[in-house]
Amino acid sequence: MTAITESDAAAGLPPRPPLSTRILRLIRRHPTAVGGFVVLIIMSLLSIFAFWLTADPLRINPIVRLKAPGEVSPLGPIGPFGTDFLGRDLFARVIHGGQISLVVGLSVAAVATIVGLTIGLIAGYIRWLDAIVMRIMDGLMAIPGILVAIALVALAGASITNVIIAITIPEVPRVVRLVRAVVLTIREQPYIEAAVVSGVSLPRIMLKHLLPNAVAPLIVQATYVFASAVVFEAILSFLGAGTPPEIPSWGNIMAEGRTYFQIAPWIIFFPGAFLAVTVLAVNVLGDGLRDSLDPRIAKRMR
Amino acid sequence: MYAYIIRRILATIPVMAVVAIFVFLLLYLTPGDPAVVIAGDYARPADIERIREALGLNRPLYVQFFIWVGNVFSGDLGVSIFSNLPVAKLIGQRLEPTLMLSLATTIFAVIVAVPMGVLAAWKAHTWVDRLIMVFAVLGFSVPVFVIAYILMWIFSLNLGWFPVQGYKPIGDGIGPFLASIALPTLALGLVYVALIARMTRASVMEVLTEDYIRTARAKGASNRTLLMKHALKNASVPIVTIIGVGVALLIGGVVVTESVFNIPGLGRLTIDAVLRRDYPIIQGVILVFSGIYVLVNLLIDLSYTILDPRIRY
Repeated sequence: MTAITESDAAAGLPPRPPLSTRILRLIRRHPTAVGGFVVLIIMSLLSIFAFWLTADPLRINPIVRLKAPGEVSPLGPIGPFGTDFLGRDLFARVIHGGQISLVVGLSVAAVATIVGLTIGLIAGYIRWLDAIVMRIMDGLMAIPGILVAIALVALAGASITNVIIAITIPEVPRVVRLVRAVVLTIREQPYIEAAVVSGVSLPRIMLKHLLPNAVAPLIVQATYVFASAVVFEAILSFLGAGTPPEIPSWGNIMAEGRTYFQIAPWIIFFPGAFLAVTVLAVNVLGDGLRDSLDPRIAKRMR
Repeated sequence: MYAYIIRRILATIPVMAVVAIFVFLLLYLTPGDPAVVIAGDYARPADIERIREALGLNRPLYVQFFIWVGNVFSGDLGVSIFSNLPVAKLIGQRLEPTLMLSLATTIFAVIVAVPMGVLAAWKAHTWVDRLIMVFAVLGFSVPVFVIAYILMWIFSLNLGWFPVQGYKPIGDGIGPFLASIALPTLALGLVYVALIARMTRASVMEVLTEDYIRTARAKGASNRTLLMKHALKNASVPIVTIIGVGVALLIGGVVVTESVFNIPGLGRLTIDAVLRRDYPIIQGVILVFSGIYVLVNLLIDLSYTILDPRIRY
């Protein structure tokens, strides 16, 4: 850090403003992205500390079943989100459900990015493989992702690991396409040719010269994969082909609330609202990152 | 141009081949003996043997694949394990609601989204534009089943304007049909509206910076001519492209929407099949949906030759 500051000063650049000023500037320039980031931090904290913040999400209490938020029962006040058809505290269930969504979202984003990056780098740089890999990716993209995920979970059995794998498979081709597009534009640059001529090894070219160019668009793509994975998990659970039903995930809570929707709509609305707010937060964060990390993509996509 | 059309049609072959291989191998991607997997947890050895026999699972893999492909080409998608009816027939019975819902959604989305996008581009960086873009981000983020339940709560349960669930075929009269399909269309369409509106705005804004727009304006063309004739026409290619991309979203959304609104379409068929592990149906539905996706995108690519004569292949 000091080295950079010194060279900045030597180049006659103004000194870096203090952290607080920089944060204020960031908020002013990308208010929605910062908002999305804050919402995600809050969601993560709620999920991490769910055990200490809420009641037991699995505790059945038939006396207080299907109580609306704010209702008073003989056993004391009902939680802020009401209770479900077994009298379980909905606030506890929804907050615990956040854990599943965040774990699935993060895992899918990480695995899809790493797998997609590897395939994309190889396909983009090794020409004879390119045509084959891209035809396979085209084919995979033609298959509706939700159907593939439903089928895989149904056949392999309901578990969080299977859900993560099932959601990752349809997400990989999009990452591959992105990385390949970046590699194709970089490949012809003189400095790559220079590296090849100087005898730099293939893996080294990929890691040192191609990879850094793909990082910015990849981070942006990873946020969109995250958002999409969170929705996918909820849909799979909602349809009965996702996270095992005894685990309170947002999709499972909503699925259980279907039968009681007319008399107890809060069972669906609270997890639904958390789901929507989380996805919205990730999407606006992604848009903000896109605008600030890569002005070229921003211009094309806006 | 004809060479391009033929080349584009031929290009669907490898895509469909990959789809076919993937759909075929789906059963083998999962751990364990496929016959045991399909039979479920409470199967007797005789059941497992019966399934193995019925699906031809005791033959070598490549033989199974070619027999299966051959059957698909002759319109035979296999037989449902649960109901013993041909899968092609089951799919045929459920096709109408799904196609109607998809069609209604696409029409609704285009009619709403394109004017919205043009308006946003015309009023770029004003509050009108901001409002439309906020709506677009919201529409893109709120999952379809959450929207569906909110709409159902407002319009069916509280206002009583539409039936809560169910589907009336168009044969039962246009009124009941439209009433039954209104909320599913709205719920399913929102994401699509957001997507198309965003793309329309982007491409119209890009066109509006072109020199010929300035020339047209200098010659005294009215705003209306300028937007409709010059801008929108030239912005049509990316808009049509995004409609094709959106078909994938639409297919995923249809499955969920049908489940929420209890519409007896392909989506419901799939979910029921999944819960019963009726593998031939799952296979058939995925194949049909993928085929529709490939076909729509083929038609869209071919439409470029009409939409934009400047494109030379």
